[in-house]
Amino acid sequence: MYSVNYHRASSVADAVKLLKKAEDGQVVSGGMTLIPAMKTRLAAPSDLVDLRHVDELRGIKVSGKTVTIGAATTHADVAASDKLAKVCPAICHLAAHIGDPHVRHMGTIGGSLANNDPAADYPAAMLALDATIVTNKREIAAAKFFKGLFETTLKDGEIVTAVVFTAPPKCGYAKFPNPASRYAMTGVFVAKGKDGVRAAVTGAGDDGVFRSKEIEAALAKKFDAAALEGVAVPSRDLMSDIHASAEYRANLVVVMAKRAVAAANA
Amino acid sequence: MSDVSMSVNGREVSATVEGRTLLVHFLREHLGLTGTHVGCDTSQCGACVVHVDGKAVKSCSMLAAQAAGSRITTIEGLAEGNDLHPVQAAFREHHGLQCGFCTPGMIMAATDMIARHGPGNLDEATVRAELEGNICRCTGYHNIVKAILAASKTMAKGKGKAKKAA
Repeated sequence: MYSVNYHRASSVADAVKLLKKAEDGQVVSGGMTLIPAMKTRLAAPSDLVDLRHVDELRGIKVSGKTVTIGAATTHADVAASDKLAKVCPAICHLAAHIGDPHVRHMGTIGGSLANNDPAADYPAAMLALDATIVTNKREIAAAKFFKGLFETTLKDGEIVTAVVFTAPPKCGYAKFPNPASRYAMTGVFVAKGKDGVRAAVTGAGDDGVFRSKEIEAALAKKFDAAALEGVAVPSRDLMSDIHASAEYRANLVVVMAKRAVAAANA
Repeated sequence: MSDVSMSVNGREVSATVEGRTLLVHFLREHLGLTGTHVGCDTSQCGACVVHVDGKAVKSCSMLAAQAAGSRITTIEGLAEGNDLHPVQAAFREHHGLQCGFCTPGMIMAATDMIARHGPGNLDEATVRAELEGNICRCTGYHNIVKAILAASKTMAKGKGKAKKAA
């Protein structure tokens, strides 16, 4: 790891100030991607601004069906939240299957979203739930937030502070985890809300998370795994790598969608 | 440079370290607590697991500065004098190790797992799923799982001085 100056922010405003002063500053939350990336010198910020101790960024609020999750809330806390499990168990299930227990104790939802790894789990949930990503400057619809691989609409000095979504009557998530990393080789989050069915796919698209028209059209007719029999997802814009070909992932999208719907209906 | 102070196995320690110093290097090289191992250095193997404020984390993926102000427990902090922690005793009893390199991380993961689920509330499938972040290259998982299940039962009975994993 290259040399780095560490700063601990006491508030979001303090973090913004510290970032401004830094030559090439970077916020760190759980650090489960950033610290390993710094160790391999894939990332080399001059300064790290630690958000882990900013109280205003932590916590889960459920008011009716409206869910607000603070950006620095860990995967372990989302997975273990009883109030969240009552309105949206799929998000608890998703959080409980990110990485391993030690990673879940540190990694945060805000960090995962800001990093926008094309195989991360949370982006699929946010897109399918039509969530709003709240920053210190504005509110951004999930559909506009994610921009390709590891890219988002976040600007310099902009920090994710929370996510807000309405828990739909039914939703579910299923992923085929890479056996080594537990990242999704393909993961599908399906949600049946008032405005219809949304199905978002992670780990498969060559431009990051996306909604599958084919899955959504089939499930709009009937929200049941059987409705996906014979549905084909085109492999054209899917990733091909050492783990799986685009064609294999296209098939996985349908298989994972079936499992996600079955989980949502269970 | 960062000034860091933290409690390690109940002892208050302070030092001035580089910002980039990893917690595992702080423990091993500054404090001489070499029980915590560096296995893969790529955040996958779990040999470096310690407890930070009561939660299992990979000390190779956290800066010492990030841990400042926290309560750290390492493998050296589990036993009480000559009395092994029930998880340590169970690993010995059930031969839950071959070469022993992954053992500190396995035991710290196991004590965290038992604390979270509650002593006596583990089954084999849960233990195996919970061990996703700990790799044993001797592939000795079978006895590791046995040891953790046995320790969980022992701790539920309140035997063996079940010191609460910090």
